[in-house]
Amino acid sequence: MVEIEQNILGKNDEYANANRRFFAERGVLVLNLVSSPGSGKTTLLTRTITDLRDDFDVAVIEGDQQTTNDAERIRETGVPALQINTGKGCHLDAHMVGHALEKLDPTPGGILFIENVGNLVCPAAFDLGEAHKVAILSVTEGEDKPLKYPDMFHAADLMLLNKIDLLPYLDFDVEQCIEYARRVNPRIQVLQVSATSGEGMDRWYQWIGMSRQMRLLEHPELLAGAGANA
Amino acid sequence: MHEMSLCEGVLQVLETEAGKQGFSKVKRVILDIGVLSGVEIPAFEFAFEVVMRGTLAENAVLEINELPAQAWCLMCAESVTVNARYDACPKCGSYQLQISSGDEMRIKELEVD
Ligand SMILES: Nc1nc2c(ncn2[C@@H]2O[C@H](COP(=O)(O)OP(=O)(O)OP(=O)(O)O)[C@@H](O)[C@H]2O)c(=O)[nH]1
Ligand SMILES: [Mg+2]
Ligand SMILES: [Zn+2]
Repeated sequence: MVEIEQNILGKNDEYANANRRFFAERGVLVLNLVSSPGSGKTTLLTRTITDLRDDFDVAVIEGDQQTTNDAERIRETGVPALQINTGKGCHLDAHMVGHALEKLDPTPGGILFIENVGNLVCPAAFDLGEAHKVAILSVTEGEDKPLKYPDMFHAADLMLLNKIDLLPYLDFDVEQCIEYARRVNPRIQVLQVSATSGEGMDRWYQWIGMSRQMRLLEHPELLAGAGANA
Repeated sequence: MHEMSLCEGVLQVLETEAGKQGFSKVKRVILDIGVLSGVEIPAFEFAFEVVMRGTLAENAVLEINELPAQAWCLMCAESVTVNARYDACPKCGSYQLQISSGDEMRIKELEVD
């Protein structure tokens, strides 16, 4: 018998750490957006990019099992986007992201958004080297999702409660939902937004801005934002 | 969830260790899997057999130790056992729990040739 005591996802974690080093050296803030299919990740991203692209350099990695639709939606906003098709795979892994970086080459001091495959289960376990996982939950999905998929809400630092423009038409208990999320993750922050009406988006942008400042504490020369490096 | 990818993860570790430690066949794989890891044991067993076919661990026996989850209850000021992340303290009903273990996915030991 040989004792080995190794994490099953040890290989993924090694790749994730290599990505993390790359991001740290360049001062790139990386956010991994996770949610069930259709909760509004791409809609939220296109609006966010349109509102922030004058202030920051943004790049996007899009993960989907099939099609390049989402990457095309992002490119229409004018920022670089790379599509990874996972085929049968139900999540992005750190190795795929490492390869994407060779082609995408995010600008130092910029922001890289990774839209993970729509799936509330598997992406929770796969570290990509991101600074934060951001879980998006739309109010049409029901307030009990944090309890049904606890691993994802446990792994996320921020939950965006999306589609709040639809609240008047639904029987969705916002307070209960937030209470459930805190039950599985007492540290989670929650912001209520509508990616279509724009309500609440300022606070999301503030959160991004502050996370970027944290990222750039070690790179003060990059803080000025887009163009600082041109 | 992604039991196939997890088994591919196991295989990668086995292949790396085989190179380092100089063995060519794995006869038994012993894993620690915590109840909070999200792993479905029957799905994992099925995937394990499929993924190990034609590899150094073909027909290897899979042994899984299922580990319970421990949490610290702030109210009781003691460690309690829970089964899910959203469980209340089994003693006092409080949700003020800090989970300290239970999400393990570890290869513990191998029997090799
Ligand atoms: N009413 C309303 N609809 C929204 C909002 N955000 C997104 N949607 C709609 O929800 C649908 C799905 O949005 P997507 O942005 O494609 O969702 P996604 O999470 O990227 O989906 P996948 O990539 O397929 O997992 C679209 O019809 C959007 O217009 C919102 O804030 N309010
Ligand atoms: Mg999308
Ligand atoms: Zn208690």
